[in-house]
Amino acid sequence: MDILKFITAGSVDDGKSTLIGRLLYDSDSILADQLEALHSSNRKNDDGSIDLAILTDGLKAEREQGITIDVAYKYFQTEKRKFIIADTPGHIQYTRNMVTGASNANLAIILIDARKGVIEQTIRHSYLVSLLGIQQVVVCVNKMDMVNYSQEVYDQIITDYQKLAAKVDLKNVYYIPVSALKGDNIVHPSSNISWYKGESLLPYLENIELAVDNSTAHARFPVQWVIRPQTEDLHDYRGYAGRVSSGSFKVNDKVTVLPSGFTSSISKIELLDEEPQEALAGMSVTVHLKDDIDISRGDVLVNSNYQPEVSQLIEADLCWMDTRALDTSHTYFIQHNSKVTRCKIQEVLHKVNINTLEKEYNEEFKLNDIGRIIIKTAEPLAFDLYQNNKANGGAIIIDSRTNLTVGALMLRAVAD
Amino acid sequence: MSNNHLDYLDELEAEAIYILREVAGQFERPALLFSGGKDSITLVRLAEKAFRPGKFPFPLVHIDTGHNFVETIEYRDAMIKRINEKLIIGHVQDSIDEGKVIEQKGKNASRNALQTVTLLDTIAKHKFDACIGGARRDEEKARAKERIFSVRDEFGQWDPKRQRPELWNIYNGKIHKGENVRVFPISNWTELDVWNYIRREKIDLPSIYFAHERETIVRNGQLMAASPFLNMDEEDIIERRNVRFRTVGDMTCTAAVESEAYHLDDIINEISASKISERGARMDDKVSEAAMEDRKKGGYF
Repeated sequence: MDILKFITAGSVDDGKSTLIGRLLYDSDSILADQLEALHSSNRKNDDGSIDLAILTDGLKAEREQGITIDVAYKYFQTEKRKFIIADTPGHIQYTRNMVTGASNANLAIILIDARKGVIEQTIRHSYLVSLLGIQQVVVCVNKMDMVNYSQEVYDQIITDYQKLAAKVDLKNVYYIPVSALKGDNIVHPSSNISWYKGESLLPYLENIELAVDNSTAHARFPVQWVIRPQTEDLHDYRGYAGRVSSGSFKVNDKVTVLPSGFTSSISKIELLDEEPQEALAGMSVTVHLKDDIDISRGDVLVNSNYQPEVSQLIEADLCWMDTRALDTSHTYFIQHNSKVTRCKIQEVLHKVNINTLEKEYNEEFKLNDIGRIIIKTAEPLAFDLYQNNKANGGAIIIDSRTNLTVGALMLRAVAD
Repeated sequence: MSNNHLDYLDELEAEAIYILREVAGQFERPALLFSGGKDSITLVRLAEKAFRPGKFPFPLVHIDTGHNFVETIEYRDAMIKRINEKLIIGHVQDSIDEGKVIEQKGKNASRNALQTVTLLDTIAKHKFDACIGGARRDEEKARAKERIFSVRDEFGQWDPKRQRPELWNIYNGKIHKGENVRVFPISNWTELDVWNYIRREKIDLPSIYFAHERETIVRNGQLMAASPFLNMDEEDIIERRNVRFRTVGDMTCTAAVESEAYHLDDIINEISASKISERGARMDDKVSEAAMEDRKKGGYF
């Protein structure tokens, strides 16, 4: 059994809370006390059925109280898979929250209200999903019950969305007509939509092959910590502790240490008492090298045959996440895996209007703004292009004055 | 494992080890908060995987209410002996003696709420800049939004409005003097994940997690262990029952459930079964009570 992490993009008005509630409810993932609250609640739908949106009430309460709406994580599991939902708000003022949730997702569900079709926020959500490199998208055309389960309405929305998908470069899109309220095509196929021959949402999520981006990308191992017991019996022990961020390493693989450029080969891989011959993407292990070279936290071991870019001048997409606007004269920190160094945003190339996808050329970068910039780092970064390797192509910007995380970077190219 | 994807327990384990190593790499004076419960026992196992054959780069810290189950303290001491790591104990009794907190009175008196003061004092005394805890996001709605690196101000407060965005697996541990970070390596685990991991790794637990016979009373609809720490009167009827505890905390506020689960497999079945019985609208009190236990409140975090 593996884990599928997905994000739900849409607003409360699209029936997102009901959709998540329906997934949890119909897959028997709700704890007894929540269920009791659900059944005893006075809030009912018009037809007297229980209101599943109560299950995600946390977010609603926040809105009523005017508190920042945030990413909430929800967990459920079926016999086939464990699921982690990053439930993020859909309105434009919460773009940074959606970016945060999307950064760790393998799949995105984009909700479209059947009565409204493809609208501004659909464009925005699809753009962000593409920007963050989520490979798989499920478009749920919701509230089909409100349009009499019309195939004509559904087909028109699909045609419109296909144009949008081509524009924002989303390749793997699956379409499902649903009614979260009535339960149509969420967990069980619907007799109301007999013209639809595809899968319902949950079976689709259970069976979809995960995009294999991390395991098929080149081998990278950011060093987090050096284990040196320095006891009498372990005097010469020197193990590099970290997590394989992409690809895989085998014993005897030739590796290069970056940014220094020293080469060696792997003599042993350890995980407590085990000594696996291979460390796969995602595994946390301790690696030993044949040669004694100076390696510390912030360095990265890579397969010598497939080396990443090494540069101090990088073109990147930036999403700004702080209420204080970007200051191109200020020195920030950049954190890329275990490496932290100083940086400046040297140039803003353009911004993107995320509702229309048009480029804008004003310099000021404010909260939730997204655009293309050139960043200069104090020390060289050993990175991959985000579009090729998410795990080694993302970075954050930290404001040295407040210590807050103020920006997300998708590294796109070496700038010259 | 299929298609080079890790099994879910391997992935959760690898993520937790990664987070523990980030703590070691980013902080000067971290600590691991150890309650004696299954979640913090799981953290100890994960720390062994992260740092052996080296020593842990942090001590374990136990906030002792003085009203613990004997079994918990025995387990703690035996474990420390086995792993040979440093243990720092903060005593709630000391906070009471120093007048920093006042012992509650009456029938429902408990030291549970008092331990927060002892914890904050212990953090200040040892200048800890990061405290690792075993909280999980599936425990309650508010927790579902908390970061893995969660910054606390100098009063130990969590401000949901000031949370830092947390992207990919990049954790920003930069803090100002006086602040500290609570770190939750098993945020993404559910209760069932923890139990499955304990079974897979063959981790020993304090015996009170398993069904045993004990003197109990019913208090506010919950089964409590009869103990000298519980203020009892003639209305309280002591009965011997077969029970186990789903969480391990102060004896005055940790409720038991009637159970015949003597082994790990029984417990996992019991939890899975309670999920199934939750499908229908009908619930018996036992399941309801168990679910209430799920939403463990107070305590360390």
